[in-house]
Amino acid sequence: MLSVKGLRANVGDKEILRGLDLEVGPGEVHAIMGPNGSGKSTFAHVLSGREGYEVTSGSATFEGKDLLVLEPEERAQLGLFLAFQYPVELSGVNNTYFLKAALNSIRKARGEEELDAVSFLRLIKDKLKILHLDDSLLKRAVNAGFSGGEKKRNEIFQMALLEPKLAILDETDSGLDIDALRVVADGVNALRSPERSMIVVTHYQRLLDYIQPDYVHVLAKGQIIRSGGKELALELEEKGYGWIEAEGRAA
Amino acid sequence: MTSTQAVDDIVKSEYEHGFTTEIESDTLPPGLDEDVVRAISKRKGEPEFMTELRLKAYRHWLTMTEPEWPAVDYPKIDFQAISYFSAPKRPEDAPKSLDEIDPALLETYNKLGIPIEEQKALAGIAVDAVFDSVSVATTFRETLAEAGVIFCSISEAVHDCPELIRQYMGSVVPHTDNYYAALNAAVFSDGTFVYVPKGVRCPMELSTYFRINARNTGQFERTLIVAEEGSYVSYLEGCTAPQRDENQLHAAVVELIALEGAEIKYSTVQNWYPGDEQGKGGIYNFVTKRGDCRGARSKISWTQVETGSAITWKYPSCLLRGEDSVGEFYSVAVTKGRQQADTGTKMIHIGKGTRSTIVSKGISAGQGRQTYRGLVRIGQRAEGARNHTQCDSLLIGDRCTANTFPYIEVKHPSAQMEHEATTSKISDDELFYCRSRGLTEEDAVSMIVNGFCKEVFNELPMEFAVEAQKLLSISLEGAVG
Ligand SMILES: Nc1ncnc2c1ncn2[C@@H]1O[C@H](COP(=O)(O)OP(=O)(O)OP(=O)(O)O)[C@@H](O)[C@H]1O
Ligand SMILES: [Mg+2]
Repeated sequence: MLSVKGLRANVGDKEILRGLDLEVGPGEVHAIMGPNGSGKSTFAHVLSGREGYEVTSGSATFEGKDLLVLEPEERAQLGLFLAFQYPVELSGVNNTYFLKAALNSIRKARGEEELDAVSFLRLIKDKLKILHLDDSLLKRAVNAGFSGGEKKRNEIFQMALLEPKLAILDETDSGLDIDALRVVADGVNALRSPERSMIVVTHYQRLLDYIQPDYVHVLAKGQIIRSGGKELALELEEKGYGWIEAEGRAA
Repeated sequence: MTSTQAVDDIVKSEYEHGFTTEIESDTLPPGLDEDVVRAISKRKGEPEFMTELRLKAYRHWLTMTEPEWPAVDYPKIDFQAISYFSAPKRPEDAPKSLDEIDPALLETYNKLGIPIEEQKALAGIAVDAVFDSVSVATTFRETLAEAGVIFCSISEAVHDCPELIRQYMGSVVPHTDNYYAALNAAVFSDGTFVYVPKGVRCPMELSTYFRINARNTGQFERTLIVAEEGSYVSYLEGCTAPQRDENQLHAAVVELIALEGAEIKYSTVQNWYPGDEQGKGGIYNFVTKRGDCRGARSKISWTQVETGSAITWKYPSCLLRGEDSVGEFYSVAVTKGRQQADTGTKMIHIGKGTRSTIVSKGISAGQGRQTYRGLVRIGQRAEGARNHTQCDSLLIGDRCTANTFPYIEVKHPSAQMEHEATTSKISDDELFYCRSRGLTEEDAVSMIVNGFCKEVFNELPMEFAVEAQKLLSISLEGAVG
């Protein structure tokens, strides 16, 4: 589904991704862990097409298509979704209106019929329930004045609505209280399917208790330096990242 | 010699010069003098008081100098090169077919979903087809007549209700007010008159769009709206489709008068042709709009969406004379390409307990230049007056500019003034967030811009608001990047 090979990317003169490899198959959940500043968010941004990064070598394909030549909206229309580490506030833009426009834009690109207001509202009601979100958030401007936790839940709510093929969740767990973490994890699990893959970026093993990953990767200094099953996360929780990096240097 | 004699002599001398025959012909040669002013009045068959008013205005205009505005520049206008006679355009001068029209303009018409026949009319092509709106207009007129509302052209009003014209015309914007107002008072072509009798709530939104002769009112338009005690009227001016016009200079005058407890809501969506990419062929729009809250508890509300014109210079204002009267100004102005706009409002608080609200949203893209100039004056007797001003600018790209000049004069210590101003840019983060959800860059921009303008759009009548949103999106297409 997603195939990343030898990906190198700069911000300005600084190289952040230094030959990153990752293969994600259909229905798989991959967790990416790694120290602050190791390039996790950068990787997510490069995959979703944010400007400001220069890819110097390597490739990223999604269902066989070269992702890197596509506009961000084209990637979204193909079925890529990024839940932001820091969701952006759009003051003045009504949340419901935004979601409907986004969904219809994606549907249109896929040759599906656009939803009218009634069917859209029905759909939205169902999804709200899954995430235990208060519908008053829908009447407000996108993320404007939302609490940290509300913003994160709103991201997953958007994901539930847009039904992507590959979702990248960038630290969706940070800032969530214990109950909210559960709700979000339940929401994510409800979306797991044999066709839908996920990349879950997190610092905490706790999330992975709820969202059980098929693979865990350690990203450090712009490279995946270790991959394993979910037991790797437990090991990291216990020992931190130092030992892998040390092993890497010794090898 | 008395002045009346002098005038008589001049009138006579006109005939000697065979002026009448010239009047009968279609168009006067360019240029402006007293003869031309008289000719206009005569051609319209105006009563003498009107001719006198025009001449007085003309003579005053001669003593004035053209204002120079630091924030806009344009080639000097040669007032002697303009033809002041509003004869119907001769078919041979008009473009023959849509092939002769700027393709960019046609594209916009198509995007707005305007039917071909109407496109031709807007583009100034002579058309024979009679629009549906003509028959609609007739029905509307009947409904209005039943309610006692007068809604007609200024020319008709001068004939049919001269006493109202005499009483009110020029009572809000006297010819001495400014250069363009003086010129307008001397040579105004036509315009709209609305009179709402005491206690009447006008049964429908009034729109020039529905007036048969509205399409060619020309460059010196004059509008007068009088709302008697306790009455209400909502008036819509303009049209979202970009209108082309042979006349580059437009100097309209709009006067609103609200008597005790009356309310006038005046909405404008202006989309004059801004010219091609170099700004060539664009309209210069110098308009004087003023509302007079003459009675206690009266209210005048201006709402405007300005996206067109090469140059816009306008300050819809309110004179708050009646006690507890209310003035409002809601504005969205867009400048893109090489457009320039210098707009704003004046709220003159004269009566006790008067209140005003100003919400101005400026959007600047490309190399657009935009200036907001607002004056709030609280007079000596305006005890307890209040003003709230909010002035926001949104910049798209980094070659455009926006300036804000709020002027405040307070002569009464009890006045409460609030002023908020913001300037923002559409950030890359916002755009990326929207795009990562599958929205195109253009959709994202229009969504953010519409959100920015929401407070103003909320003030527009429903159908107008929808059109205005669409218009804004189309105006800003390709503005980013
Ligand atoms: N626009 C930028 N300009 C300069 N440096 C940047 C920019 N974006 C990212 N970086 C740098 O790239 C490195 C990787 O950042 P990134 O946000 O990808 O880290 P991360 O792994 O997501 O960290 P965290 O766990 O703290 O979220 C950091 O050193 C960061 O400062
Ligand atoms: Mg990060």
